[in-house]
Amino acid sequence: MSTTYPNGFPYVRTFFAWAIALLLFFPLLWLGLTAFKTEMQAIAVPPQLIFTPTLSSFVEVQQRSDYLLYAKNSLITSLVSTILGLMIAAPAAYSMAFFRTKRTRDILMWMLSTKMMPAVGALVPVYVMAQTTGLLDSLPALIIVFTLSNLPIMVWMLYSAFKEVPNDILEAVRLDGATVWDEFRHVILPLTMGGIASTGLLCLVLAWNEAFWSLNLTSANAGTLAALIASYSSPEGLFWAKLSAASLLAIAPIIVFGWFSQKQLVQGLTFGAVK
Amino acid sequence: MSFLELKGIVKEFGPVRTIKGIDLQIEKGEFIVFVGPSGCGKSTLLRLIAGLEATTQGSLQLDGRDITHVPSAKRDLAMVFQSYALYPHMTVFDNMSFALKLAKVDVATRQQKVERAAKILNLTQYLQRTPKELSGGQRQRVAIGRAIVRAPKVFLFDEPLSNLDAALRGQTRVEIASLHRDLGATTIYVTHDQVEAMTLADRVVVLRDGLIEQVGTPLELYDHPANQFVAQFIGTPQMNVVKTAAVPELSRLAGTRLPTDGAVGVRPEYVRVGAAGTGLAARVELIESLGSDTLIHTRIGESHDGVPLVSRQSERTTLKPGDTVGISFDATALHLFDAQGRTLRALQQAA
Repeated sequence: MSTTYPNGFPYVRTFFAWAIALLLFFPLLWLGLTAFKTEMQAIAVPPQLIFTPTLSSFVEVQQRSDYLLYAKNSLITSLVSTILGLMIAAPAAYSMAFFRTKRTRDILMWMLSTKMMPAVGALVPVYVMAQTTGLLDSLPALIIVFTLSNLPIMVWMLYSAFKEVPNDILEAVRLDGATVWDEFRHVILPLTMGGIASTGLLCLVLAWNEAFWSLNLTSANAGTLAALIASYSSPEGLFWAKLSAASLLAIAPIIVFGWFSQKQLVQGLTFGAVK
Repeated sequence: MSFLELKGIVKEFGPVRTIKGIDLQIEKGEFIVFVGPSGCGKSTLLRLIAGLEATTQGSLQLDGRDITHVPSAKRDLAMVFQSYALYPHMTVFDNMSFALKLAKVDVATRQQKVERAAKILNLTQYLQRTPKELSGGQRQRVAIGRAIVRAPKVFLFDEPLSNLDAALRGQTRVEIASLHRDLGATTIYVTHDQVEAMTLADRVVVLRDGLIEQVGTPLELYDHPANQFVAQFIGTPQMNVVKTAAVPELSRLAGTRLPTDGAVGVRPEYVRVGAAGTGLAARVELIESLGSDTLIHTRIGESHDGVPLVSRQSERTTLKPGDTVGISFDATALHLFDAQGRTLRALQQAA
């Protein structure tokens, strides 16, 4: 099969594409390899590419800390914050997409601007609030923070998904005698299912990977997998093999999940980009 | 009291007044067509009746009930949109039965009503398809079917044929006319196409700049236009209108005294093209042979900036561009307009 390239140099282009792909993938590959080494193999110089794999690091990680507890916390916080976020963002996006006012654009920009602020800027007030309400190191605290911090992105994504629904169709539904809820359930929801799914998937990934707040607001009880990974960088030095094993355990579910939903994710991020 | 009454309807979008005070009475079972050039407010007026826009002033009464502030969903109207606005994720059957489902009509009745409508519209074999599997004409029929199934008080059509090709447009026009004859439903139909207006309407409402210019049966508008705008808007090719001052011989030719600062109108079919030396001297500029009709475009006088006149005759012609001819017409066929473009009825009747 022959492929024609618009400006020649097929090998050069292919080479660079592969080089960049490998560069991006290398840390993950190294993480995967190190996880199956012993601590000695992990710090060996020169680095070993060929070695006898061992599960000892995984065993130690499981012995030292309860992986399942952290995984459960990650699962609960990301799922609940995503569902909660969708429930809050959908009505907001609905009103902004279909009942535009002069300030709709400004409100959207303002919401996005909150994402520009470094999270650490809000650390002290959020920490104090969590402390005074007794929510420190609890799942509700994380869920609330995750939901709120993902909300601007959710509203934006749902807004662009909803805007794709032609106005005529909404008017037709209203003339057909639909209430706002009927309109949402029977028409907007099925027509924008793709966009809603992508929004949910992205926020699930973002919440799962969130580290800043889980490190700062939790310790033993409500720690997520991010906190588990961090616990392996101890004052006595890094234990590379165990750190890698813990990291692999933490990211594996979301990588598998992302792999299967990548089409949805890409669609959601480019929604409305091409008319 | 009329079935649907519009009283002093005004619509403003910000500082712009689109509808400037409309009073209109529509009787039950009438087929009303709103016609006018783009931007005249005809679609806005329809949307006000549908409740898709809120009126700024004025009131709407439907069947004895004030619906001015009633939401669209509760007005008991059905609308056929220019874009059809079908629900793309539903089958034809679901599209047509959706309103009944919302109204909590039981399944058996829904089935029966949709099937009856589908039969009328020749859609029976397409009921399980989705809109994207249908042609433009079929989608149009589904949109109409969706309206029929509900048996609403008033049908609203917003330029329903403008997305169809010419042949299909003619065919669908006939279908809509026969549908109205069978169902006898009150209908308001918006179009910019005066042929649709003439062929479908019981009464035509001619709109311009947010105001009603004239309301009447198609032939009333054609024969007795209220002003120069209506006279020229209705009929193709449009009525010839000549400023009286531009052609002084007109008065003699018409055999009556004409308003000196006004204009005279004559429809192309009443303009007779004869041999040179009779009537007004004119030159042929262009011949359009349509088969059934022949349109002869002429200019009065010798120069190129003479007053243009179009004649329409059913006979074919051997004339060629550049030929000199004589133009004449019946005084009875003339429409007289004053300086503001209003029809001068008194003079016309005298003539």
